[in-house]
Amino acid sequence: MATLELPPRGDVTAPVHQTVNKAGDPVAGAYFIQNAYRDAATPNMVTVILADYRSWDTLGEVVVVFAGGMACYFILRRRES
Amino acid sequence: MTPTRVDACHIEGMKSQTDSPIIHVCARGLAPVILIIGLYVFFHGHYSPGGGFQGGVLLAASFLLLRMTLGTQISQLVMPSRLTITLSAIGALIFAGTGLVAIFAGGNFLDYGFLPVPWFDPAYLRNYAILFIELGVTLTVMATLVSIYDDLLEA
Repeated sequence: MATLELPPRGDVTAPVHQTVNKAGDPVAGAYFIQNAYRDAATPNMVTVILADYRSWDTLGEVVVVFAGGMACYFILRRRES
Repeated sequence: MTPTRVDACHIEGMKSQTDSPIIHVCARGLAPVILIIGLYVFFHGHYSPGGGFQGGVLLAASFLLLRMTLGTQISQLVMPSRLTITLSAIGALIFAGTGLVAIFAGGNFLDYGFLPVPWFDPAYLRNYAILFIELGVTLTVMATLVSIYDDLLEA
């Protein structure tokens, strides 16, 4: 039933705004918000998460883009002979 | 009719997409502006929305505008076709190589705090390492988009 509607805007009791989840463990988002500037000295938290905390994911995206370019190269480009 | 520079390129056998001088002048004036905006979006990713992917797409838009208006031959001067796939690989290697250097310096993969640049605080090292890997992302995205356009033209 939780997927039938979005939580109200600004609801502090929404699950995404909690610092601990239902199991009582601290969530990653609270850590990022509190420590992003201390860790990377970069004001944009999104950049820190994208390129530092989750840089494996960004590396995968870059490899996907590169693989797409290589596939187009090998399939479409005419051989120079 | 006095031959302009665009017409001179025509005489030398360089094929252009369109003959309209309005489109040529507008595209040649607009392309450097898009280039500057792309560099701004790339370098300002630390402080505002933006970063490697968006900046790379804007740089590619600048090159593709020249490709589409002036023709593939003339726009080779700005971005040669044979360089694109190499630049794409170099960008991916910059990203992965940064992570590998961090491994060899004693940290985890892509742990920028361990990069062997001794005169930086680890936080500022991460700051500049983020900019460096965003450079790799920008190169890959820009070169791949231009490369795919060139491949589609040759097919």
